[in-house]
Amino acid sequence: MRPVYLIGASQTPVAEHWNRSLEELAGAALYGALGDAGQPAIQALYVANALGGLLNKQAQLGAHLLAATGLSAIEGYSIEAAGASGGVALRQAFLAVASGVYQCVAVVGVEKVTDVLENELNVALATSLDAIAEADQGLTLAAGWALLQQRYGYEYGYDASSFAPWPVAAHANAIHNPNALYRFPLNPAKVATAAPVATPIGLLDSSTVADGAAAVIIAAAPSRGGDGARAPIRIAGSALASVALALGARPDPLWLDAAARSAGAALTAAQVNVEAVNVAELSDQHGIVAALSLEAAGFAPRGTAPRLAADGTYAQGGRLPMATAGGCKARGDTVGALGVYQIVELAAQLWGEAGPLQVPGARVALAQCLGGLGATAATHILVKE
Amino acid sequence: MAVTRTGTGIVGYGAYIPRFRIADSEIARVWAGGGSGPVQAKAVAGTDEDTITMAIEAARNALRRAKLDGAQLGTVWIGSESHPYSVKPSGTLVAEALGCRPAVHAADWEFACKAGTEALTAGMGMVSSGLVEYALAVGADTAQGRPGDALEYTAAAGAAAVIIGSAAEALATIDATVSYVTDTPDFFRRADRPYPVHGNRFTGEPAYFHHIEAAATELLHEIGAEPGDFRYLVLHQPNAKFPQVAAKQLGFRTEQVAPGLLAPRIGNTYSAAALLGLCATLDITEAGERILLVSYGSGAGADAYALTATKYLGQARDRAPQTSVYLAREQSIDYASYARMRGKYKLG
Repeated sequence: MRPVYLIGASQTPVAEHWNRSLEELAGAALYGALGDAGQPAIQALYVANALGGLLNKQAQLGAHLLAATGLSAIEGYSIEAAGASGGVALRQAFLAVASGVYQCVAVVGVEKVTDVLENELNVALATSLDAIAEADQGLTLAAGWALLQQRYGYEYGYDASSFAPWPVAAHANAIHNPNALYRFPLNPAKVATAAPVATPIGLLDSSTVADGAAAVIIAAAPSRGGDGARAPIRIAGSALASVALALGARPDPLWLDAAARSAGAALTAAQVNVEAVNVAELSDQHGIVAALSLEAAGFAPRGTAPRLAADGTYAQGGRLPMATAGGCKARGDTVGALGVYQIVELAAQLWGEAGPLQVPGARVALAQCLGGLGATAATHILVKE
Repeated sequence: MAVTRTGTGIVGYGAYIPRFRIADSEIARVWAGGGSGPVQAKAVAGTDEDTITMAIEAARNALRRAKLDGAQLGTVWIGSESHPYSVKPSGTLVAEALGCRPAVHAADWEFACKAGTEALTAGMGMVSSGLVEYALAVGADTAQGRPGDALEYTAAAGAAAVIIGSAAEALATIDATVSYVTDTPDFFRRADRPYPVHGNRFTGEPAYFHHIEAAATELLHEIGAEPGDFRYLVLHQPNAKFPQVAAKQLGFRTEQVAPGLLAPRIGNTYSAAALLGLCATLDITEAGERILLVSYGSGAGADAYALTATKYLGQARDRAPQTSVYLAREQSIDYASYARMRGKYKLG
């Protein structure tokens, strides 16, 4: 396999885009990324999208977006792995370039969720669970994570307030992100008294699903950007793993095994230790998701993530800043596009273009996104050269 | 395009609010185990009340203030989204009850919560064209909210009537009006459905706020006026918060909105909401003072009106019960009584 580089990135704001279609959002991000990369010719388009067929009643997003963006001469298709779609699509791009089949390809993640009422959205989101064992019984994603948080609290002695550092830090970061859905601070007391969503998870420890698109350009040759000021970013590790969808089918539900295996494989491929990672984007729809992801990736011993979070480990200025642009909680959860947003945000960190959100000296970044309750996990390691 | 120099005005106005109130905390007790809602309480129509009976009450008050007889009315137009019949006009029944001659225009209007003001604008056209001397426009609703739905906390009952006549004899002249509509499906009810569907947060920024602000801004621009030129602002009020936020965004002060803000005490009276706010405001407006009225109807549109009170308003306001009388005449009911009055129990 040959080296693979990230040479362009772009995103739309995460928002309730009442007046912008799925096609418009995807096109804006894609053209933005192509412009950022200096208008290279791309040979394939990988579309990350989780809910288009269910909510937008639109399949074949590859062909559809290629036609809509005037790129119909190349190959393109959509990739669905619920909340992991973005990472899985990036892996397709990585494989295509690493294998030598293509020189330059694009990944666009897009999700348009605000054209339907909440009930329809919740039913669609629950399709990432095991339909027969879980969703048909009434389980939702939030309820699934709530069950895990309840068990985690019982095993390790935490209560709901132990998970507040994640939403609080995410909101503190998002104030500086003009693309974020929520740009206001949260305090722990407000998080603790918010209305319940799925006990013990409250409203202010729950991310909001919103519209948005993000795109990256992946190439075999590094680029220093239009003005030559950018350090090349190499995708040093890419790995995908999965486990059973249903929590009840997992021997140790509090251990996100797919997340652990994909992180381990990506770090090994990149030949970096977990300690070398300077900044991370993880699935953090609720504090418990961040906690379990951090422990699975090896950033924290089991049962310790909330304690480390309370010490500011994952906030700006901490040992491992995460959700530096607001994460799912404050930037907004764009479901199938999430994994691509993570890469766009981490590229800004490695290029030193993150402004007030910049993690000083960031050189190695880890991105991981999860599908459903962690059944699919895609992890990528980005290294600044 | 704004319509200016209308030559018309409001020669009579009247409010009606049913006496029953259910507190939001009582609804929350049943459906959420406690808590509160977007208003303190909402007005509930009694078992013998509906859009027609309330429209008659409000219209009679408007006739008293106008010192008119029902036989002098040229139109009887009822705006509502809760007409008792899908097919069979409310207007004819109201017209007979008011003592109108059969040679009168009677019909029902529908545009979600702004059906009443659309009837008002049409009445202005009838009067200014000389087709009729006096036009009655009523906004009345017994609004529907599915039990347990967010709408149930605000969907209320009430009616407000205005009689449009020549500006020369008006209690308040209508100086200009503008209507602003787009196809925005924020809230709707299909013909065969008992309860409406609403788009939650979509009902806010792209719907209520956009249309209210667009209509108001267009009107102010057309007549060269500023918020400070008006003594009062009356907005459609689906809850307590929306009109206050919209007023602030338009540059109005809290005290300009307060007299016409009834939603906290009676909920969202739908087609009656903006016009009831206008009634309450006319009850205290002095001659020469100006009022900006903006209604809103889902689907969506807003009608904005600039009005100026005349010297006749002061002597007319006590010819019928003021809005404050209806507000004060409140009788609290529990959820069980509310469910009975609103026909929520399925019998047999």
